[in-house]
Amino acid sequence: MTFKLFTLLLQAALSTIGISLVSIVIGFVIAILLSAATLSGKAIYSAPARLFVSFFRGVPLLVQLLLIYTLLPAIGLNVPSIVAAIIGLSLCTAAYQAENLRGGFSSVPKGLIEAAEVTGFNPLQIFARIQVPIALRLTLPTLVNESIMILKASSLVSVVGIIELTKMAQDLASSTYQPIPIFLSAGLVYFVICSTIALLGRYAERSMARTSA
Amino acid sequence: MMFNPQVIIEKLPELGSGLFVTLLLWIAGIAGGVVIGFLVATARRFGGFATNAVLGSVVEVLRGTPFLIQIFLLYYGGPFVGLMLDPIPCGLIGLTVYSAAYYSEIFRAGFAAVPVGHVEAAGCLGMTRLQTIRRIQIPEMALIVLPPAVNLSVILLKESAVLSIITVPELTATVSAIGSQQYAYLEAIFILAVVYWALVELTDRLGRAAEYRLSRLRFLKA
Repeated sequence: MTFKLFTLLLQAALSTIGISLVSIVIGFVIAILLSAATLSGKAIYSAPARLFVSFFRGVPLLVQLLLIYTLLPAIGLNVPSIVAAIIGLSLCTAAYQAENLRGGFSSVPKGLIEAAEVTGFNPLQIFARIQVPIALRLTLPTLVNESIMILKASSLVSVVGIIELTKMAQDLASSTYQPIPIFLSAGLVYFVICSTIALLGRYAERSMARTSA
Repeated sequence: MMFNPQVIIEKLPELGSGLFVTLLLWIAGIAGGVVIGFLVATARRFGGFATNAVLGSVVEVLRGTPFLIQIFLLYYGGPFVGLMLDPIPCGLIGLTVYSAAYYSEIFRAGFAAVPVGHVEAAGCLGMTRLQTIRRIQIPEMALIVLPPAVNLSVILLKESAVLSIITVPELTATVSAIGSQQYAYLEAIFILAVVYWALVELTDRLGRAAEYRLSRLRFLKA
């Protein structure tokens, strides 16, 4: 295990971080739509949203990735495998984040919404200035957890041939014939990234708690 | 686009054997994980500072790295330290160790959630330390840990699909192999997804039913 190999792993870690970050952001946007659909109370919106959430939470991510990877070309969409991987990760995390957001939105105290109505806020203002800030603060810890889960789960996109940390470690392990130091180092890099996310999350929670006080 | 699930239906016996391996690994992994996780949580709570620190770091590392990396380390790295494992035992060990880390955290939270007053009350009534653990802390904890434990079991079922990458002949590996042999890859993966989905939904429902019954039991006794 030389320094050169380790820098190769670090470079690959950048694409792991990139893929995860993009997927979490896209997933978050889809999750807002999904949780709004679920909470709308209208079956035409909530039933498909529930089905989506149930499917993507009920099927292993590996199987979802294989499914998207084979389905897209079969319906005539020849996208690069990196796009298929990001779609897979985004849809999966969207389902989990939607559940978290739904929990957050439904725990916004009713009294606050009523108070806003009485003070003359319109529905959009109530949503943007009362519900979203409170729900976000309530779901921040789960969002941090979800980011860590996705970062670890992104190791599975190595299966569809994308060069990220796990795939790089695999290639290096077979070419140098030193699997133990290589996989240990890859594990260490994952561990450091996950711990950093957790640390940042705790910092964000604390600063959010301060501003609300 | 052609979609013909018939070619997969013809291979049902093979699908069944893959399902059997998945269920076997899953249940054995849960059983091993619960036992080891419980021992770890108990040791961390009652074993002193050093034990807590050492076990705590091991758990953190297992929780902070992807399952796939752990499996690769065990499967490809094992032979270099004299640990030659076939795919199935390797998968079983990997799944057990991985789940033990997460179960131990659930049990640890469970121990922490038992009200201190109950433990003190047991002490005042003359129960020994061991009696308090066995008759107060463990039964109260069981109720608290059931929902997260069921959740984790569902995650493990899905995580076991990763074992196909180290050629464990479980559901994902078998069904995708059928798919490539029959030139019906999309159909195969689709059926695979439906089977997992059904299993997960079933586990979830069973778990919720168990929670309901347990909570009623507590209510009657209270």
